[in-house]
Amino acid sequence: MNAFDRTLVKATQGGLPLVPRPYEAIARELGVSHDEVLAALRRMLAEGRIRRIGAVPNHYALGYSANAMSVWDVADEAVQELGRRVGALPFVTHCYRRPRRLPDWPYNLFAMVHGASRTDTAFKIETIRALLGVSVRASDVLYSTRILKKTGLRIA
Amino acid sequence: MSDMDELDRRIVNALQSGFPLCERPFAEAAVQLGLQEEVLLERLRHLLESNVLTRFGPLFDAERLGGAFSLCAMSVPAADFERVAGLVNAHPEVAHNYEREHRLNMWFVLAAISPDEIDKIIEKIEAETGCPVLNLPREAEYFVGLRLAA
Repeated sequence: MNAFDRTLVKATQGGLPLVPRPYEAIARELGVSHDEVLAALRRMLAEGRIRRIGAVPNHYALGYSANAMSVWDVADEAVQELGRRVGALPFVTHCYRRPRRLPDWPYNLFAMVHGASRTDTAFKIETIRALLGVSVRASDVLYSTRILKKTGLRIA
Repeated sequence: MSDMDELDRRIVNALQSGFPLCERPFAEAAVQLGLQEEVLLERLRHLLESNVLTRFGPLFDAERLGGAFSLCAMSVPAADFERVAGLVNAHPEVAHNYEREHRLNMWFVLAAISPDEIDKIIEKIEAETGCPVLNLPREAEYFVGLRLAA
């Protein structure tokens, strides 16, 4: 990351100023032009270094109180195709492949599911199970019960 | 729970991505919602103050910005849980930490400058807490929607 991008990340990772011309306000703060800020943000968005720009909601405030990590053991040859299909489900917010750590941890596919209640979340997890079908060798569900720390990923 | 009204929900649903990159982005977004710019700004201020939104702005992909990350899990005895949580959270490299209902009851994300650094922090945490750490770095990401209907 170049020095300007780094400065821009630092200036915006906490949020945009809620003023009519937010990018101009950032440009002024960084001593650059409005167009430079817009061009850099467009580029970072195109490169995928910015995932999206907008509102970042708090799960709990939206009523999503039953947050689960569903984990699945599926064949390595099938995990990519299955992961794509699970990740495309509207209620799955993150979907990753991670290494198994046998014998403690036999699961290689992770899908985060959020619901208004455990009944709601369990129903959504059954949808994943149906999609995975006979590919599932083992699975588990880990509900979160407490946030112990949440500072987010910030660059200093 | 919050006291969101219908308009708040419309705003949260409509603005989770695609916020315009232009001179007056709030004015442009407000038109789409049939609102005045000032009304939208006022609503967003209130949604942030009441913690319905944690943030409004760019969501960066920390991994693509550079660095190394891992999801780590530990099995912590109940009687020792608070002490261990304190020791783990004291590391600035711990970005999130969640208690989960499982034998592996503590799950945290580490962010550092390199995979070597991640390994060093894990060794430190194991030495400090006496609990072995499972290191589960992501190997592939299939989709990150991160969007929730309000």
